[in-house]
Amino acid sequence: MTAALRVRQPGLLTTIQDLGRPQAVGAGVTPGGAMDRFAHTAANLLVGNDRGAATLECTLTGPRLVALRQCLVALTGADFDPRVNGEAVPMWTGIDLREGDEIGFAGRRTGARTYIAVAGGVVGDRWLGSMSTNLLAARGGMKGRALAIDDVVSAAIQEFPDVAGRSLAGDQRPTYGEHVLQAVVGPHANRLTPESHHSLFSTKFALTHDSNRMGYRLEGASLEAPGEELLSFALIPGAVQLPAGGRPILLMADYQTAGGYPVVAVVISASMSVAAQLAPGHEVRFEEVSIATALELRAAQRAALLSLMS
Amino acid sequence: MPPQRSTVRVRVHPLGDMALIAELGTRLDTALNTRAIALASALKKRRDVRQAIPAHGRVTVQFDPDQITHEALAAAIRRLASKRPPVEEPGRLHRIPVIYDGPDLESVAAALGLPVVKVVELHSRPIYRVFLVGFVPGWAYLGPLPDELVLARRAVPRTLVPAGSVAIAGQETGIYPLASPGGWHLIGRSTVKLFLPDSDPPSLFRVGDRVKFFAATG
Repeated sequence: MTAALRVRQPGLLTTIQDLGRPQAVGAGVTPGGAMDRFAHTAANLLVGNDRGAATLECTLTGPRLVALRQCLVALTGADFDPRVNGEAVPMWTGIDLREGDEIGFAGRRTGARTYIAVAGGVVGDRWLGSMSTNLLAARGGMKGRALAIDDVVSAAIQEFPDVAGRSLAGDQRPTYGEHVLQAVVGPHANRLTPESHHSLFSTKFALTHDSNRMGYRLEGASLEAPGEELLSFALIPGAVQLPAGGRPILLMADYQTAGGYPVVAVVISASMSVAAQLAPGHEVRFEEVSIATALELRAAQRAALLSLMS
Repeated sequence: MPPQRSTVRVRVHPLGDMALIAELGTRLDTALNTRAIALASALKKRRDVRQAIPAHGRVTVQFDPDQITHEALAAAIRRLASKRPPVEEPGRLHRIPVIYDGPDLESVAAALGLPVVKVVELHSRPIYRVFLVGFVPGWAYLGPLPDELVLARRAVPRTLVPAGSVAIAGQETGIYPLASPGGWHLIGRSTVKLFLPDSDPPSLFRVGDRVKFFAATG
């Protein structure tokens, strides 16, 4: 492991994330991990890493990072107009950095989260089996916190990163421009009044400003799902909860692991990467699909990632 | 003689394309929770199951859809749930000192029509069961409360409940492991650390454990 990048500017919220710590859920610890698993995984594969290696998740504004040695990096996910030494560079493509090169971003164009993978894998504190940063517990990643100025990001040494210039085909790249989330009906969807069911799957909802890695509060039609109070049960990211106030909450990577609100819809796994790229203020619509459709879309995403592993 | 089959019916609800909820029952019931714990441990042994979390009478199961379909897993769950659960070993017993001076203690007593000392006596009398660990790190849903203490949660949740607050709502009680928003009635406080970030698992309480409160003086 050696120093790879020094932080000149951290950006709004840049954290170390991998695929999270699912086995910690039984203790009430959120699994966390990269919000956009497709972009995170693609970034890793583009630099020859294991799909579960840690990357940097950069939120809304990117950081400025200077290479402390030669290293291969890839940028995926949201398009913040990435630059190396001020020159535009392609996304979804392996880029060779020399010592002293600076990664920066000119400004957000689409999406909310950019991922930066470094060949060998970013190295952070490991907590409960994962390097993902858990801000609530202040554990994992960079000392349990977001990157700060002058932090040094280390990466494992990779012996033969024979993948420079590897790129994800254009038609395989998500565009994140269309804010439609495909969802299947949830276990308590039958509580929705017919009007509310219709509103949930046909009207637009806006992400409020307190939307974050835990979940998105959605403003729009007020929904009703009357019924007995439920005893709390374990949840998953993608679940759309409906509290008594009638405003749905979409659970994201750092969700609270249990709750007793009715779950009226669940965003399908293939749509969670689009969900991860939404920012406060964005409008979003849910489209009802079947589980069969969800599995087809999941298979298509996997095929795109497999194309990077040849 | 054929093996005895129980009459528990399990309902299985899809939870997206990679998860489902197995519902053994919806009531707060120790026997249902015992069955949920047994079902979750049987499911965790399967290669096609990634995670199974028991909670009250439900189990939330995450699985690998490349290895098994919803329908096949639901059928396997029905088979597993119809088996008699193994005789449960009693969960670990935790004795937790509580200083009963919470900001809602008097209003709770008034709402229940009980003197404060009776609320304290009733709350510290039973041995509670951990029905679920979840929500925030180390939080445990404990119950059932004595019927005399059952009270709907606060109409307006607090934006900040101090860590260590001992609270009641509905048929359950719990201790806030961290400062967080909360809608339960605060009747006391405890200094016991419930979230243990440097232990694995990082929670003092585990599902199936038993908890006995006793009144301590501050």
